[in-house]
Amino acid sequence: MAMATVAHAGRDPHHVHGFDEFSAGQSGPAPKRIVTGYGFWIFLLSDMVMFSCFFAAYAVLSGQTAGGPTGAELFNLRNVAIQTSCLLLSSFACGMASIAANERSKFWFHIAMAVTGLLGLVFLILEIREFADLVARGYGPTRSAFLSAFFTLVGCHGLHVSAGILWLLTMMAQVYAKGFRADILRRFLCFALFWHALDIIWVAVFSVVYLLGSLG
Amino acid sequence: MMFGKLSWAVIPFNQPLPLIAGAVVLVVILAVIAWIVIAGHLPYLWEEWITSVDHKRIGVMYVLLASVMLLRGFSDAIMMRAQQAIAFQSQGYLPPEHYNQIFSAHGTIMIFFVAMPFVIGLMNLVVPLQLGVRDVAFPTLNSVGFWLTATGALLVNLSLVIGEFARTGWLPYPPLSELTYSPGVGVDYYTWALQISGVGTLVAGINLVVTILKIRTWGMSYLRMPMFCWTSLASSLLIVAAFPILTATLAMLILDRYLGFHFFTNEAGGNMMMFMNLIWAWGHPEVYILILPAFGVFSEVVSTFSGKPLFGYRSMVLATMAICIISFMVWLHHFFTMGAGPDVNAIFGIASMIIAVPTGVKIYNWLFTMYGGRIRFTSPMLWSMGFMVTFIIGGLTGVLVAVPPADFLLHNSLFLVAHFHNVIIGGVLFGAFAGYTFWFPKAFGFTLHEGLGKAAFWCWLIGFYLAFFPLYAVGFLGMTRRMQHYDVAEWRPWLLLAGVGAVVILIGIIFQIAQLFVSIRDREKLRDYTGDPWDGRSLEWATASPPPVFNFAVLPVVTGPDAYWTMKVEAKEGVVKQPDYQPIEMPRNSPTGFICAFFATVMGFALIWQIWWMVIAGFLGAFATFVVFAWRDHDEYEIPADEVARIDRANIAERRNMISAAGAA
Repeated sequence: MAMATVAHAGRDPHHVHGFDEFSAGQSGPAPKRIVTGYGFWIFLLSDMVMFSCFFAAYAVLSGQTAGGPTGAELFNLRNVAIQTSCLLLSSFACGMASIAANERSKFWFHIAMAVTGLLGLVFLILEIREFADLVARGYGPTRSAFLSAFFTLVGCHGLHVSAGILWLLTMMAQVYAKGFRADILRRFLCFALFWHALDIIWVAVFSVVYLLGSLG
Repeated sequence: MMFGKLSWAVIPFNQPLPLIAGAVVLVVILAVIAWIVIAGHLPYLWEEWITSVDHKRIGVMYVLLASVMLLRGFSDAIMMRAQQAIAFQSQGYLPPEHYNQIFSAHGTIMIFFVAMPFVIGLMNLVVPLQLGVRDVAFPTLNSVGFWLTATGALLVNLSLVIGEFARTGWLPYPPLSELTYSPGVGVDYYTWALQISGVGTLVAGINLVVTILKIRTWGMSYLRMPMFCWTSLASSLLIVAAFPILTATLAMLILDRYLGFHFFTNEAGGNMMMFMNLIWAWGHPEVYILILPAFGVFSEVVSTFSGKPLFGYRSMVLATMAICIISFMVWLHHFFTMGAGPDVNAIFGIASMIIAVPTGVKIYNWLFTMYGGRIRFTSPMLWSMGFMVTFIIGGLTGVLVAVPPADFLLHNSLFLVAHFHNVIIGGVLFGAFAGYTFWFPKAFGFTLHEGLGKAAFWCWLIGFYLAFFPLYAVGFLGMTRRMQHYDVAEWRPWLLLAGVGAVVILIGIIFQIAQLFVSIRDREKLRDYTGDPWDGRSLEWATASPPPVFNFAVLPVVTGPDAYWTMKVEAKEGVVKQPDYQPIEMPRNSPTGFICAFFATVMGFALIWQIWWMVIAGFLGAFATFVVFAWRDHDEYEIPADEVARIDRANIAERRNMISAAGAA
């Protein structure tokens, strides 16, 4: 990764002149790829703060079922296991797309991205089916505070996945039309960070909502 | 149904006051637009300002937005003071539902659309210059952030004439803010305006964090950064960590109101105290987001006008970062009365007192910076000294309400109102005005009229004490906040006195407006030829006023703290090298921010009035803008080396002229 970063910095048209003149402590403005990636990390951190609020709300309200069903009565762990595998595999595929981008292979990049997107889509369909099933049984978000918090937390993650798929399609179109330009590679770096971050959040959702919830 | 809840009935024809105010504002706006179009300024405005991605221009537009909104927020304030001066054993002139909207709008506007854009504007303008670089990390995103903030301000003001604003106070506490008790669109205006401007604020915060941590000139190590950069960093980190909490909390309230969720409702297991906890987990860091940049301004001003380096620089850095962290551990002091028990209350009470310690460190540092210095009593310095006295008093009353038993007595009384105005006006606003006067010549190339500036300062200072010290007293006498009328005779004299204070502040504002007009008229006389009107110490004074678009022809090399001061000392000793000019790449202007904000306005308005087709249209427009922006091929342009050299040599020649003229005289 470090090697790749240096290689890209060299290719970067925005690279600042005279980079080598000073020692590391006085290195001047960082190259654009570093700046973009770093900025996106900070954004992801803020996004996780937002998620942690929804987690906190869920933790506060998870017992407030208002006479309605509890998590143990509703959650279908088989479904959740399939969803988890889809998302983890899609992260792997996204990693493959990163390697393809580093190798400048458009063909493998598009294959890997298509797999990433399809797995994400399967995840989403399974989630929507779960939600629709709950609503149909009368256990929608208006039933109890617990269900409000559940739909919001899980749904917020689902919205992120949906936005990620829109972004993924835009990225594929851009690489198809313009190739691996420095600015497009920077954007792809951000996309990959985003997609992996959604995985981390899903692991927390899986553990806090579904696993702990199934304990009764 | 085509237009959701919107109909002619929502225009408040029966309330002449907001309608007339709205009509006057509309006429003024139309007149300004007409003048711009007829006089042919539109292309200039579009190319040089609206689509600008230059951090200096964006900073100026933030401050302009804040100033205009200050007038709106202050009109609310003076109306409230007038109401409470009149409404003794009578209804006064404002009916309750209108009065409630006014105090809600006053707080919302002053915090979100005056204080926030003012400090973000100053940070935008100054931080890249102080770091010795050409722009912020993400220039186009910076423009998007500004325009989204402007969208929020627009929506709040739209509520004046279309529908109504929230009647819930500046933080919409449930269950009052739930659909059951606030069925109108007022709370929806509030939530959507803040959601949209909140995205803008987050973007600005991320931008500044990355700029300060990743984009500094050669040799600008962390401990060589000017104090304003440190406080901006702390403030921006707090934005990144705190604003998502606001977004999440308002999202929950929106879900409750729009889709019948039960986060904060009385029914089905909702928990309204969760709202108070969440909103103050954002809200308390928020006050430090506002005050920390002001502390930075005072540090720069005090050290410049005392002609000395800042005393205790490292302790100042430490104090800033300590405040940054402790600010997340005190939120519960906003509702000791919740009944969390003595242990919890004691912990948060002690944490609230501890946060006064680093603030005290700062006050001593400023005092010791002044000690033994050759102080120039310019108007930025006056604002700083007025701040020190006023803020200490505000801080002490803060420590008082941080004691839980005392808070049980003072909670939601006018004592509290006096306390937070004491620190926000005496701290944030005085800091904003000090920064405005201090950096105005850097932004525009001429200084502000000193006499009128000092007159404005004295009116604000005296007006503040007259307007808010009576509120401490009347709070002790048992008066609660947000009262539309009252029957207690002992309160009346204090409230009349507070009304006089508001009028004195009004005179101060008039002086400020006059100062701006007179300074623009006399700009040739007030021109700053050297770019260094105050004998400054940090790098923003090392370039011309106003700086060229690229800020520095050659990025300066920093060899120690007080970078520009060191350069001046070296220049006197004659060690100046001929710079090696290189071509400079700068980001192209982009209408992305403006177009995004246009669609955000459409979408926000449609969401408030539940016009669903318009929501979809707004969303598609925003997504299309994103794709078009992502698709563009040439986002930078190059300024050739000889052009850079020409601009830079002109500035060096001006400086040399001034020095030799000064030497001859």
